[in-house]
Amino acid sequence: MLEIKGLEVKLEEEDKQILKGVDLSVEAGKVHAIMGPNGSGKSTLSYVLSGKDGYEVTAGSAELEGADLLDMEPEERAAAGLFLAFQYPVEIPGVGNMTFLRTAVNAQRKARGQEELSATEFLKDIRAKAKDLKIDAEMLKRPVNVGFSGGEKKRNEILQMAMLEPKMCILDETDSGLDVDAMKLVADGVNALREAGRGFLVITHYQRLLDHIKPDVVHIMSDGRIVKTGGPELALEVENNGYADIVSEVA
Amino acid sequence: MNALRQAKQEAAASLLDGATLPEAGGWSRAAREDALARLRAMGLPSKRDEYWKFTDPGTLTAREAPKAVTFDHGEPPVFDAIDRLKIVFVDGVFDAEASDDLSLEGIEIARLAETGSADIHWAGDVYGRLEARGQSPVERPLAALNTALAHDGVLIRVSKTPSRPVSLIYHHKDDSSDAMLHHVVKLEKGASFTLLENGPAAARFNKCLEVDVADGAAFHHVRAQGRDHERRAITHMFARLGEESTFKSFTLTVNGKLTRNECIIELTGDNAVAHVAGAALGDGDFVHDDTVFITHDAEDCESRQVFKKVLRNGATGVFQGKILVQPDAQRTDGYQKSQSLLLDGDSQFLAKPELEIYADDVACSHGSTSGAIDEEALFYLRARGIPEGTATDFLTLAFLAEAVEEIEDETLAEEIRGRLEGWLARRRG
Ligand SMILES: Nc1ncnc2c1ncn2[C@@H]1O[C@H](COP(=O)(O)OP(=O)(O)O)[C@@H](O)[C@H]1O
Ligand SMILES: [Mg+2]
Repeated sequence: MLEIKGLEVKLEEEDKQILKGVDLSVEAGKVHAIMGPNGSGKSTLSYVLSGKDGYEVTAGSAELEGADLLDMEPEERAAAGLFLAFQYPVEIPGVGNMTFLRTAVNAQRKARGQEELSATEFLKDIRAKAKDLKIDAEMLKRPVNVGFSGGEKKRNEILQMAMLEPKMCILDETDSGLDVDAMKLVADGVNALREAGRGFLVITHYQRLLDHIKPDVVHIMSDGRIVKTGGPELALEVENNGYADIVSEVA
Repeated sequence: MNALRQAKQEAAASLLDGATLPEAGGWSRAAREDALARLRAMGLPSKRDEYWKFTDPGTLTAREAPKAVTFDHGEPPVFDAIDRLKIVFVDGVFDAEASDDLSLEGIEIARLAETGSADIHWAGDVYGRLEARGQSPVERPLAALNTALAHDGVLIRVSKTPSRPVSLIYHHKDDSSDAMLHHVVKLEKGASFTLLENGPAAARFNKCLEVDVADGAAFHHVRAQGRDHERRAITHMFARLGEESTFKSFTLTVNGKLTRNECIIELTGDNAVAHVAGAALGDGDFVHDDTVFITHDAEDCESRQVFKKVLRNGATGVFQGKILVQPDAQRTDGYQKSQSLLLDGDSQFLAKPELEIYADDVACSHGSTSGAIDEEALFYLRARGIPEGTATDFLTLAFLAEAVEEIEDETLAEEIRGRLEGWLARRRG
């Protein structure tokens, strides 16, 4: 599904190398987790994969189902099936949540040569999915993320994911700032989307989320590299001993 | 007398050389002559005037109107679907054929050209009067010129709220037309009234609108200045507000080589409310200037200015807005916001926000900003699959939304939103 090879990334504006050769392969139907200390490059990886400006890829490749992601515009990557749940969802005053989502869904459908959803079909779909995430109608009407609490923003990311039905989902610290109930809602939302054709890359700082979203593979990232890969037990090891041991062990 | 004043007076004298006042023997004669005297004393505006620093008045004061080709945008005209009484001017000349019958219950509509020579007319209390008051502390010579020479216009007296708006439609047909219209609207106590205006009007258009809003009356105004690329316009709107009255005006400007909209409002009765807003969209050879002066001269009044401009390809936006709070205008609530969205590095926004406050118990704020598209927001939208062009339009419309929201009537607001969307979509091809 997602194939990253030897990915090296520096900042465009300054001479700072952030990713120093990342190799990662996420298979369809699997959940991979990336854990790692703050500043290790996890968000950078997610941004580079989704096409944010400001980064320069100096080596390596990233492919989604064989298509070169790095060669595409952000909207093309989305239409190809990539989704990033942002660590910090952006507030967009003046753009209604509903209009935004409907435009996004239909833009992707159009790019894929599918017929656009009618307003009624879309409404029906979003109402059902919003209900599962306990997002009320009033929230849907508000401008994108404006006045949303931290937890509401994260639930809104999952709602977008559910509506867009991507093939490859990247979740960047979707658990941060969530209380236990909200985390459960988010995890249920993610688990509901788990299926054979879909891959997940769950970035998290803590093991907590992984109690609810059971990963198949866990990677530890440190200083721009994946330094260790293992099964779910690796997350528990981090939980108990912190990152220091693992990081020093490989250094 | 200083040299600048002298030069300006000479310019006025030269422009007026050979000019004759429109045939007017009656009530309007004195007003026109007074205006002429004001103009001769002030002289024409100059680039060296404090309020003409950002916008060159040269083409507005030139003897001949610079040519402007007409532009057929091929869309149904704005407000087409709205039930209204239509009054049509072509290159500034009244078109009786295209206009509706000028009768509407509750209001009285007359043409300036037809009533100017009557001895007595209700409009005599307003015509040139509000303009004259609005000449101080800032001079507005082109408004005086208009009062003196305007060949036509409509005089509307509203005694009871009519069933539909009056719509002034300005067609432009002749490449070198030079039009001057002067309208008066007088709202009697407690009446409300909506005035619509649209169209490019002429190659060069000098328009003056005086609005007298009596106690408890409400005036609503929505205008869409025509899309011709080469047109030039100087417009003035003078308003006087009585107690508990309301004045709400919104202007959409797209295209045009030069547009200067001046708005001079005096809140003279307690608890009056004045809102003026504008959305301007310019691409390329475009100068758009909002010059606003609001005087609070009574207690507990509210004024609100919301002006937004979207500029690209070297377009220029100007905002000069002032709130003057007189010593007795306690508990004034004054708000002013002027913002521009620069879609590229070539465009510019020049702003001069001013507050002058002599009362002690007031809440006034002003903010002027100029910025580019929010890159974070743009990426967020694109990451969800929305193409860059559409995403940029979304953010542009979001930027303009606050100004459009000032239009109280939702149907009219929708009409304006549709125009904004259309303009942006066409630019994406
Ligand atoms: N746009 C940027 N400007 C400056 N430094 C950046 C930028 N993006 C990332 N970095 C730096 O790159 C490193 C990795 O950051 P990030 O990818 O956010 O890490 P993580 O998500 O693992 O906490 C940090 O040192 C961070 O400060
Ligand atoms: Mg991060």
